[in-house]
Amino acid sequence: MSQTQTSPGKPVGIDAVILWIFLAIGSMFALIIAAKTPDDLMRVHALIFLTAFIIAGFAMIARQYKAQKDEGPYMMGIVKVGVGLSAFWGVVGFLVGVIIALQLAYPNFMYIEEWGWTNFGRLRPLHTSAVIFAFGGTVLITTSFYVVQRTSRARLAGGIAPWFVFWGYQLFIIIAATGYLMGVTQSREYAEPEWYADIWLTIVWVAYLLVYLGTLWKRKEPHIYVANWFYLAFIVTVALLHVVNNLAMPVSLIETRSYSLFAGVQDALTQWWYGHNAVGFFLTAGFLGIMYYFIPKRAERPVYSYRLSIVHFWSLIFIYIWAGPHHLHYTALPEWAQTLGMTFSVMLWMPSWGGMINGLMTLSGAWDKIRTDPVIRMMIVSVAFYGMSTFEGPLMAVRAVNSLSHYTEWTIGHVHSGALGWVGYISFGALYCLAQWAWGRKKLYSNALVEWHFWISTVGILLYISSMWVAGILEGLWWRSYDELGFLQYSFIQTVEAKHIYFVIRALGGTMFLVGALIMCYNLWKTARGDVLDEKPKQAGGKAPAMAPAE
Amino acid sequence: MYETLSQIAQTGGLLLFVIAFLLVLVYALAPSNRAKFDHAAKIPLEEENSDE
Repeated sequence: MSQTQTSPGKPVGIDAVILWIFLAIGSMFALIIAAKTPDDLMRVHALIFLTAFIIAGFAMIARQYKAQKDEGPYMMGIVKVGVGLSAFWGVVGFLVGVIIALQLAYPNFMYIEEWGWTNFGRLRPLHTSAVIFAFGGTVLITTSFYVVQRTSRARLAGGIAPWFVFWGYQLFIIIAATGYLMGVTQSREYAEPEWYADIWLTIVWVAYLLVYLGTLWKRKEPHIYVANWFYLAFIVTVALLHVVNNLAMPVSLIETRSYSLFAGVQDALTQWWYGHNAVGFFLTAGFLGIMYYFIPKRAERPVYSYRLSIVHFWSLIFIYIWAGPHHLHYTALPEWAQTLGMTFSVMLWMPSWGGMINGLMTLSGAWDKIRTDPVIRMMIVSVAFYGMSTFEGPLMAVRAVNSLSHYTEWTIGHVHSGALGWVGYISFGALYCLAQWAWGRKKLYSNALVEWHFWISTVGILLYISSMWVAGILEGLWWRSYDELGFLQYSFIQTVEAKHIYFVIRALGGTMFLVGALIMCYNLWKTARGDVLDEKPKQAGGKAPAMAPAE
Repeated sequence: MYETLSQIAQTGGLLLFVIAFLLVLVYALAPSNRAKFDHAAKIPLEEENSDE
């Protein structure tokens, strides 16, 4: 980052030169592909890349001539943009979720034959990727950039590189999302984007890792705080998973289609090694990084046991990576591999619950904050959901239980207790915190609105997961019911009909979760602007606890 | 193939994991590291002094 203040004569940093050359070469490639390709979908994507590169080029010129505002000890501009975009992607992802939930309940909803892109098959990957990668990913990049600066007491490394990571990742999201709607997919679950989007994400991700390591390298705090370990595990492992799972041969360099290097059962195992570790390292390790920073910080108490956090970290990352085969019980995968996946899943109980206890007990001696600070309550309920879903997960990984739960709505219920409860709530908590801290606000715009968000969403989650449990166990049991002559007792369509009411309840629960998120957006917006709603404290002395020094 | 793999997993692999876990425990619980970790736990809380 160039340090001089005078605008036009500001020297151009080497980081900016490199990025400029990169953008110029990238634009040329995109232009050639757009001109040459016989594939209309590829042309659309090449033009999106081209547009993005040109906008980035102009933005860099504008930046050069603008007096630098973001020159404090920390880079906070990127965190502010991140908070806004996280909230935006959250709403988009939840909205698409509500739409596809309604489509399951009412199959004709938004079914428009001429369009294609409003069909369930196109919208479903849009929903999963929007919530996991757009919402979750933006939250992780934003919070990790905040946490690594604060705990290292150093500004983000690499000059303009953090912005490249941030906007490069957003470009990946746009390419993925538009691709799904147009029908570009390589049909790997949670990894649907085609080869060129995967290569782009790899470039962005390597830059992310370098920025992160660079910032740690110049840290002024000798110890690397535990949250950074979790973020690092998330970055490194996701890079590994992403590259191996997406090994593929494109049909040609100017077409969207590609073929995986794997086939048959090896393909299935690679897919689920990736898929389960996307849960383990994207949706767990990364968000544990949030837990280990934001809960202690918000509660103004050190983490319950730092030693436990070390044991938690190493055992979690060593065990998680082996659990994937539990997605392939009763398939062509050799039974010993299934058993291995099952065993490691059961072992995961230990680190998961160790981490949960560590998060919850951080509040010991300050339990009143759960009542008085709804943001703390949100994060603590999040950790409780983490405990519940990491209890349920290993249970469902046991082969006998899996024979009932697999392919049923129970799986969907399980995923959403983790996604809405754990990932959603810890992210919301972090966003509320950042709306205050990044903009330097003393309080949120309104605690009452956080209460509304919390209760509406929580009832929504409960409706969601309980309806899916009932629907899942119902269909699981019906699928395996035989009459006295050995025939199946129920036809498949009967189980579908029986689930209708639960699908309706699920859509209602999802809608409530969406409403809660919209309330949050309003609150974040007002907080960022610096507005404070005049509210009566809950109880004398309940609010604004004395700044208790950490013991 | 299976015989070899399971042989490795059931001996070397098992041993490796147990040793790795024990090393983590030793590192986390060693009394000599206590001061370091007590300090580390307070990192998020102490940062306000350095800026703003």
